[in-house]
Amino acid sequence: MEPIKTLTASAVPLRAENVDTDQIIPARFLTAVTKAGMGDGLFSSWRYNPDGSPKPDFPLNKPEYKDGKILIAGRNFGSGSSREHAVWALTEYGFRAVITSGFADIFYNNSLKNGLLLVALPEETVNMLLDLVEEDPETQITVDLASQTVTLPDGQQLGFPIDPFRKICLLEGVDDLGYIMKQADAIATYEAVPAY
Amino acid sequence: MGKTLFEKVWEPHVVAQDPGAPAILYVDAHLIHEVTSPQAFSMLRERGLPVRRPDKTFATMDHAIPTRIGVDISLWPADAATQVRTLRENCHDFGITLWDIEGDVQGIVHIVGPEMGVTQPGMTIVCGDSHTSTHGAFGALAFGIGTSEVGHVLASQCLLQKKPKTFAINVEGELGLGITAKDIILAIIAKNGAGGGAGYVFEYRGSAIRKLDMASRMTICNMSIEGGARAGMIAPDETTFEYMKGRPFAPKGEQWDKAVAYWKTLVTDDDAAFDRTLTLDASQLAPMVTYGTNPGQGLYVTSNIPLAEEIEDPSERRSLLSAMEYMGLKPGQPIEGQQVDIVFIGSCTNGRIEDLREAAKIAKGKKVADNVQALVVPGSKAIKAQAEAEGLDVIFTEAGFEWRGAGCSMCLAMNDDKAGAGKYVASTSNRNFQGRQGPGSRSLLMSPIMAAAAALNGKVVDVRELL
Repeated sequence: MEPIKTLTASAVPLRAENVDTDQIIPARFLTAVTKAGMGDGLFSSWRYNPDGSPKPDFPLNKPEYKDGKILIAGRNFGSGSSREHAVWALTEYGFRAVITSGFADIFYNNSLKNGLLLVALPEETVNMLLDLVEEDPETQITVDLASQTVTLPDGQQLGFPIDPFRKICLLEGVDDLGYIMKQADAIATYEAVPAY
Repeated sequence: MGKTLFEKVWEPHVVAQDPGAPAILYVDAHLIHEVTSPQAFSMLRERGLPVRRPDKTFATMDHAIPTRIGVDISLWPADAATQVRTLRENCHDFGITLWDIEGDVQGIVHIVGPEMGVTQPGMTIVCGDSHTSTHGAFGALAFGIGTSEVGHVLASQCLLQKKPKTFAINVEGELGLGITAKDIILAIIAKNGAGGGAGYVFEYRGSAIRKLDMASRMTICNMSIEGGARAGMIAPDETTFEYMKGRPFAPKGEQWDKAVAYWKTLVTDDDAAFDRTLTLDASQLAPMVTYGTNPGQGLYVTSNIPLAEEIEDPSERRSLLSAMEYMGLKPGQPIEGQQVDIVFIGSCTNGRIEDLREAAKIAKGKKVADNVQALVVPGSKAIKAQAEAEGLDVIFTEAGFEWRGAGCSMCLAMNDDKAGAGKYVASTSNRNFQGRQGPGSRSLLMSPIMAAAAALNGKVVDVRELL
């Protein structure tokens, strides 16, 4: 997947903390041996009734949020299971960025591998963004990786942190495995020495 | 300044590191299973890459497998059979050791690794499963990875990793009667929060930890991830070496002596510093039960669920109220006496022989309450066989528990072991997330003896009253 460098889009508000990867993609969708089709299972238990009909109150089902490409949620997003299927579900559905006050470690790493841009902002700022997007679903938010900023329609700019190495990887499309394999000689040398 | 256990394992595994970049970290043992590996093997095939070290890669099948219809996959649901078939093909084509359901080793990946002696102190161990933290009980640095990273390790035996920070968790004092490792870890998570360990590796230390057997240490390290930490570690000691000696992949003869000499150096130095510290008084603990939908929402069985107004943080308050709505519980109500419909004893957290023995002591000569379905799912085939040799299966079945085959089962409900919507599950597993044990299911996490006691009474009780 092409990494996100800059994105201007509307956002979907998800007022929930500790959104675990079981919510993002329940285990019953993990039975595939490919990545395809995960988007259909995204937030399945929150999005659909047991009979398969959509739950009208869930943000993803509201017509005003159908074009949202940025997900805004509460702290400790992506906790729990290491399933990368959660990231595949978010990206296949159409999300390109997630804004919250904190991400779980494994989810963070998995997102980097799939070009899903994660933006961590202070909790009060995230709450302000949730208010803004709930009041006006058409609010256009710009996320720019190079300048590490989120820009709001009134011109307000919010900086976000990202590891400098990871930023370069995302901007230049560097793949982890290619980077590791450049050290093939060092790996072979390492392997020749016993641990004890 | 001295070094922490974590640093003593991390540093020698750094193969290379560019300035400002994450480390290229060598992986000593890579465990794989049927659910998170297929797409990684597809990547290898697409790029025409071999598995660099099939001798350091070990596979078993656990997540999706049924626990009551035997090993003939032609009788299984099609998608679980496909995952098992795919794993068999991949292991065959790439020369990887597979502990298949048709053999006698298969079980939950985090139970089988230690049983086989693959898990050793000082190692780096990864698996496409967040409960890889379990192996930290041996003084290994072990953590879960995503499927892309599974592919990186298959191809290179390395991972690109940012160095985490260190977090000492001191557990001091004597455990009271009926208080288990599960209560310790649930109390730690309740205190520090479900996300409180993000960015850190826990090291569990202190007099209460040193007295625990390996099964208990594994229970604690297993749930590090529920506290937000990718990994949790316990320094190896005589208890560790005793457990390991003679296991199939453990060093033998002269190598064993060399290994033990090295393993004994894997302790945090007295003058080492941690980035954070938390202390827990083990002597004050009561049996723990979770009441909400994240593992940090836990309390003593003798306590009441908090009232919304007792919680200052607005996000935590919202989290409580949403959990109460899902769980069908009320703020302020006692957890003791809460009705249960299903009891699940098993998982990589509490599916070991020691867990089953303790639960069986509670169940012996008693009957599961009417209207309660109770399952015992051993963590591996070896545990199942051992339990049967000790007659535990008879104790459980006579009491009205179902005795199943080895696997993850109702911990994540990928197979047909699912709790129905609205049902309360007294569970020895690790996650009380919404729908984790079946769509609409409501999990109450607790220790194996608490779960056995709940099965007999049809409600949450304080197991100490039965001891």
